Amino acid sequence: MLQNYLPILIFIAIAIVISVVPLLAGLILGPRRPDVAKNSPYECGFEAFSDARMPFDVRFYLVAILFIIFDLETAFLFPWAVSLREIGSFGFYAMMVFLGILIVGFIYEWKRGALEWE
Amino acid sequence: MNFEIPNFALALPEIFVLTMACAILLIDLFIPKHAKTLTYLLAQITLLGAAILTFQQYGHPGSVTTFNGMFVLNNLAIVLKLFIYLSAFASFLYARSYLPKTKIPYGEYFVLGLFSVLGMMVIVSAHNFIVLFLGLELFSLPIYAMVALRRDEGICVEAAIKYFVTGAIATGTLLYGLSMLYGATGSMDITRVSEVIMQSSLSDELILVFGLVFAVVGMVFKLGAVPFHMWVPDVYEGAPTPVVLFLGTTAKIAALGLLFRLLVDGLQPLSVQWQDLLIIVAVLSMALGNLAAIVQSNIKRMLAYSSIAHMGYMALGLVTATPQGYGAALFYMITYAIMTLGAFGVVAIMNNAGCEASKVSDLRGLNSRNPWLALMMLLVMFSMAGIPPIVGFMAKLSILEALIGVHLVWLAAIALFFAVIGAYYYIRVVKVMYFEEPEDATPIKYPVDMQIAISLSGVGLLVLGIVPGALFTLCQAVFGATPY
Repeated sequence: MLQNYLPILIFIAIAIVISVVPLLAGLILGPRRPDVAKNSPYECGFEAFSDARMPFDVRFYLVAILFIIFDLETAFLFPWAVSLREIGSFGFYAMMVFLGILIVGFIYEWKRGALEWE
Repeated sequence: MNFEIPNFALALPEIFVLTMACAILLIDLFIPKHAKTLTYLLAQITLLGAAILTFQQYGHPGSVTTFNGMFVLNNLAIVLKLFIYLSAFASFLYARSYLPKTKIPYGEYFVLGLFSVLGMMVIVSAHNFIVLFLGLELFSLPIYAMVALRRDEGICVEAAIKYFVTGAIATGTLLYGLSMLYGATGSMDITRVSEVIMQSSLSDELILVFGLVFAVVGMVFKLGAVPFHMWVPDVYEGAPTPVVLFLGTTAKIAALGLLFRLLVDGLQPLSVQWQDLLIIVAVLSMALGNLAAIVQSNIKRMLAYSSIAHMGYMALGLVTATPQGYGAALFYMITYAIMTLGAFGVVAIMNNAGCEASKVSDLRGLNSRNPWLALMMLLVMFSMAGIPPIVGFMAKLSILEALIGVHLVWLAAIALFFAVIGAYYYIRVVKVMYFEEPEDATPIKYPVDMQIAISLSGVGLLVLGIVPGALFTLCQAVFGATPY
């Protein structure tokens, strides 16, 4: 059974070679003459403005979490819509129950003000 | 494709709890702040209603499955569910007047609790790996949030993060183990897995045992036994007391249900392998739990280590791999839940009355401040220590009896040895309550419902200890074991 996976192993090996060889070649063959200007960090040719690891608003996190719930809902809705003819009324009502539970969550987050930025 | 319409009647309690939890979530949003007690009442009514619905299902001999064999109903599931409701009911009761005094969001505690109870109900009725895992997630995630409910307290957030990170790893481990078992047997159905393992040849054994080890690791974590116990003391110390009540009782019963479903229903043919694992877990838990509890000055941490030790004793019942042993483990878990309700009930009552109850020494002279409360705590402590005639003795006795029944006398001796060590710190609490002078002698007052609850757990332990027959027979009967 493991033989079926041999092409994948070969593929992984080739991928590693292709990605590592140019880097190594640049490292070994390229001329290296560092000076202060070359070693200093810069943003688009300018001096760096601030630390990249700056704190950002935790509310982005909340928005992202709320987004992902309703985004995943779509991932369930598409296959459901395509196969609705086969799964019949039982499938229809099962999805309605699922959507109903999601709507309860939606009302909760709306009313609690999770959707407002301020 | 035609779907078999499932028999919804079997899952009626689950459907009821789900509907009510969603309704309560919405009702809590729209009622004014001063009417928040309604949320509490509705949550308790939900638990009562679910208990009535579950109780009506009792009596089916054997197991019935529905939802294409994903859901199973048998007397074991019914008994576990009833005691889950009971402990959740008591935890909610202690939370009622405790929550408004802290900055914990009121409605959220009950709604999260109900959703977690729903997850526990799904676990104990699961007949399929996927359903089992879904139930586990639904049961764990609300508890993580409940631990973090007091989000302005550093210690709460710390406990929640620790619990969440380690818990997520444990859940992943369990899922990995389940996927291995699925790979080896080709089925998700618990009964089918058991049949396939029974017929399998020795060559498949390695991958099965590999999966088994990972699954056991995940479950032992949920149970909070050594070597996956690190979260227990921190969470017990950091979480608000009503949350500890909830996760120290209902969650443990549900974790036992998980063990029964997976190890007993599904992997019974591998019992030789998991017996060894559980022996290590049990001996380490009893040793570390009892020894570490001695040096604790914080009462919640002491009870946390004591819970680790108790999980060790409970695991001994499973180690026997006999119906008698399973019955003894179930009996042990139920009585342990009642003891924990009593012990943390006293802590919650003292917190509620505005007294600090974080150190063991805060219980000093409790007898002169409130004799009845001290008496209840005495009963709970003696029960945990296993002193007759209180039920903790019967629970330990039945475990030891089951162990000796399968000729594991050396394990019984170790259990007894650590029980003697454990008696020290339980009796120390009694000594502090009765023989030391209080620093602050103001009497402790508490509401009537808490009075009833604490009295029921204390007196219940005594009554169960004197006449354990009915509950004991019930615990044995759900596994089809004949009582001694």
